[in-house]
Amino acid sequence: MKLSLKLEDQQQNQNPILFKAKIPIAVFGLPFLSAFSATHHHAAAASDKLSLSLRTHFPTGPSLKLSYNTPTTTANSGAGKMDTSPKPKSKSKKPKYSRFTQQELPAWKPILTPGWVIASFVAVAILFIPAGLLCLSASERVVEIVDRYDDECLPDSYSNKGDSFIQSKDTNKTCVRTMKVPRKMTAPVFIYYQLDNFYQNHRRYVKSRSDKQLRDRSYADETRDCKPEDNLDGDENEPIIPCGLVAWSLFNDTYKLSKGNKVLDINKKDIAWKSDTEIKFGSDVYPKNFQKGELIGGGELDETKPLSEQEDLIVWMRTAALPNFRKLYGKIYSDLEANETITIVIQNNYNTYEFGGEKRVVLSTMSWLGGKNDFFGIAFLTIGGICLFMAINFILLYVCKPRPLGDPSYLSWNRNPNGL
Amino acid sequence: MGLRTLCLAWRELNEIEYQDWSLMFKEANSTLVDREWRVAEVCQRLEHDLEILGVAAIEDRLQDGVPETIETLRKAGINFWMLTGDKQNTAIQIALSCNFVSPEPKGQLLLVNGKTEDDVCRNLERVLLTMRITKSEPKDVAFVIDGWALEIALKYYRKAFTELAILSRTAICCRVTPSQKAQLVELLKSCDYRTLAIGDGGNDVRMIQQADIGVGISGREGLQAARAADYSIGKFRFLKRLILVHGRYSYNRTAFLSQYSFYKSLLICFIQIFFSFVSGVSGTSLFNSVSLMAYNVFYTSIPVLVSVLDKDLSEKTVMQHPQILYYCQAGRLLNPTTFAGWFGRALFHAIVVFVITIHSYAFEKSELEEVSMVALSGCVWLQVFVVTLETNSFTKLQHLAIWGNLVVFYMINWIVSALPRSGMYTIMFRLCRQPSYWNTMFLIVAAGMGPVLALKYFRYTYRSSKINILQQAERLGGPILSLGNIEPQTRALDNDLAPLSISQSKNGRNSVFEPLLSDSPNAVRRSFGPGATFDFFQSQPKSSTYSRNKDN
Repeated sequence: MKLSLKLEDQQQNQNPILFKAKIPIAVFGLPFLSAFSATHHHAAAASDKLSLSLRTHFPTGPSLKLSYNTPTTTANSGAGKMDTSPKPKSKSKKPKYSRFTQQELPAWKPILTPGWVIASFVAVAILFIPAGLLCLSASERVVEIVDRYDDECLPDSYSNKGDSFIQSKDTNKTCVRTMKVPRKMTAPVFIYYQLDNFYQNHRRYVKSRSDKQLRDRSYADETRDCKPEDNLDGDENEPIIPCGLVAWSLFNDTYKLSKGNKVLDINKKDIAWKSDTEIKFGSDVYPKNFQKGELIGGGELDETKPLSEQEDLIVWMRTAALPNFRKLYGKIYSDLEANETITIVIQNNYNTYEFGGEKRVVLSTMSWLGGKNDFFGIAFLTIGGICLFMAINFILLYVCKPRPLGDPSYLSWNRNPNGL
Repeated sequence: MGLRTLCLAWRELNEIEYQDWSLMFKEANSTLVDREWRVAEVCQRLEHDLEILGVAAIEDRLQDGVPETIETLRKAGINFWMLTGDKQNTAIQIALSCNFVSPEPKGQLLLVNGKTEDDVCRNLERVLLTMRITKSEPKDVAFVIDGWALEIALKYYRKAFTELAILSRTAICCRVTPSQKAQLVELLKSCDYRTLAIGDGGNDVRMIQQADIGVGISGREGLQAARAADYSIGKFRFLKRLILVHGRYSYNRTAFLSQYSFYKSLLICFIQIFFSFVSGVSGTSLFNSVSLMAYNVFYTSIPVLVSVLDKDLSEKTVMQHPQILYYCQAGRLLNPTTFAGWFGRALFHAIVVFVITIHSYAFEKSELEEVSMVALSGCVWLQVFVVTLETNSFTKLQHLAIWGNLVVFYMINWIVSALPRSGMYTIMFRLCRQPSYWNTMFLIVAAGMGPVLALKYFRYTYRSSKINILQQAERLGGPILSLGNIEPQTRALDNDLAPLSISQSKNGRNSVFEPLLSDSPNAVRRSFGPGATFDFFQSQPKSSTYSRNKDN
């Protein structure tokens, strides 16, 4: 805490400081320094200059100062001063000169010289081509097995009648498929189900959910946007939890994998986003009245487990952006050797036959870029190649047809001086 | 000689005569019909048998810098007409002295005089014929018409007069009334000319308001003209800076701002349209509402606000080459072609962003919120580079606005991603940790800006526009010589033959200081001609009886 007072000997200068004080104060717990000073002008009669200022007083970092001065009555603020008020002393009405208002700020004015442009194209090419090769190699290292099963798992008697196959309760929906591992797949191996022609990004579908209801038990009645899957039989006191078309169409095919006669354990924990399991889906919200209506859209939910533990539902409710998408089903934490045969027992429960959708099961390893996606590699290589091509073209043009920049003889009024 | 003459004479009046006359005068003053004529008649009765005392002659001086201003603006392709209330001789003298017309034999003045309709008709025909013949020769031809003849011409021979107006670059109209001034401006406007009227007195107000651009000189005669005008300046010579410097910059900046605003909105719209094709044409918006609102307000508005500081050519260059103003006329920078260019750019960029986003974020990465943020990030990155490419001069503020804008984008999204209740919870954090996100950004920028840069470079070097040539000459240093003159005349040659000294390093990185106000301490003073010491007013009131001094 420090208070300082400064009084000057009057003979020393023309505008002696009568009184000056600096007092530290605290506002809202933040340190400030306030200063007050009064000077007396001998030359200009009756013009005592008074000034007050308030400055932040943090131990480190930049400071902000607000000050008020009389008699010119300008109030400056901020770290940079911009003084544009006219001085009443002189008779001239010319506004005070400042770099900003006169647009005289120093400026960097680049122009497109051949050197810079060619250099930038070459730089892009040099960066992109190796990056493309890197991405391609990463994608090549990923081993992926895809198997379409919706057409194969339909018995011949029901071909073209897939929807009735699914909807009937008597049919056997078990299906056994085999896959061969092309190369060694190191753990963890991710199992996805891929759906094609399934428009999770349709506007009515995307809207049809209630995030409030999923998060909090007390909002169980918030089913406004969820029509038609909001209430059980139209009874307002029986809301469906979780409501909406997104939850209603939960994917319910199941897969069991085995290698030879050894069953592979599929870990179905931690397949959803952590933020979803912790915040978005409440741990005190339990499913109620789910899939009890006439139309069954997908799987059912265990009413004893809270929503935050229903990871399949959580994964499904992350709506996909495109009609062809993959969602995580589970993970296998053991290696799969090359040329091994994997047997999958599929429960073909989900009805994609009604709208011509396709179902696939995918086993894939991951790289630093994600799953198998050649797009990055190809795109980088293409763009790098095009840039190199452009750079070479420009170099050739520059060498063969040099055009001096800024040659005023090209100005049209210099070419025909007698008329424009 | 062009002096204003005033004749002084006296007579003795006796009381009775004055009383009689005073009654008649009062009566004449309060008549409702033909007041001016009645008053003139009554005054005639008094003004007889006068003894001449002497003649006073006043030299009317032009303001500082008027001849140079007119010459420079002429070179820029602006035609000048002088509308004054003076008599013919005075007007012609003033015109000769301020570079309006060249003296004989280079310039030729054609007079259209006459008090009757036939007279005026004949004169008009003769002048028109001469004009048509001399149109092809590089002769400096101007026509002179006075108020009476103008009245008749406008009433009866409007078509011929309009043709004359279109053919001539210069005209002097003397003894014109304020309403005739306004009528002349209207005539030119109807010929699809852009008109600028400049004046300083109350009698110029109608003309100033009629013109497309009205400029008032605030000064000796009061502030009426200045108040009625769109722009008000202190001296006539400031007109040069107003048009060449401020007008040009304003046009460039407006053209950029308006087209860029369309571009950035079109970009988002096209992406939404493309997304609707993959979402079953159901109307799903790829971007959430917070992002859409913030896009227009926060992410893309700040760089263009700062574009008001953009200068494509420095003032010195423009003053040296006023012909560059041609490049601003006829809508060269803002017309359907340039707009189509921006439209095409928006379409191309939307295709680039959309295709790259949906292919990079396919299959297991395909999640609506993430894809939306990737597309939006791509758009914002592209905007940053588009603004950079279109800006000609980068002050600190522009750097701050452009790159700071990118930083603000990420900060706003990180803040929104930290709110648990928002739909975007953790999205931005997840994205920034993924290498594929940054790869996608690089791809989008390279694929979007590469062709644009290549096209711009090609046009800049091999199909340079005049602005580009001057830009290059200016930045690379060295003298900018203007070899040809538009109006070769024996008078002052182009001052451009003196090499300009601009100091710079070879790679074009300069800090060039450009004064906008010619009185600022950094202004480079160049003397254009002999220090003129004249006052000049474009239009005079009918009776001018005071003398003007050179004032500062």
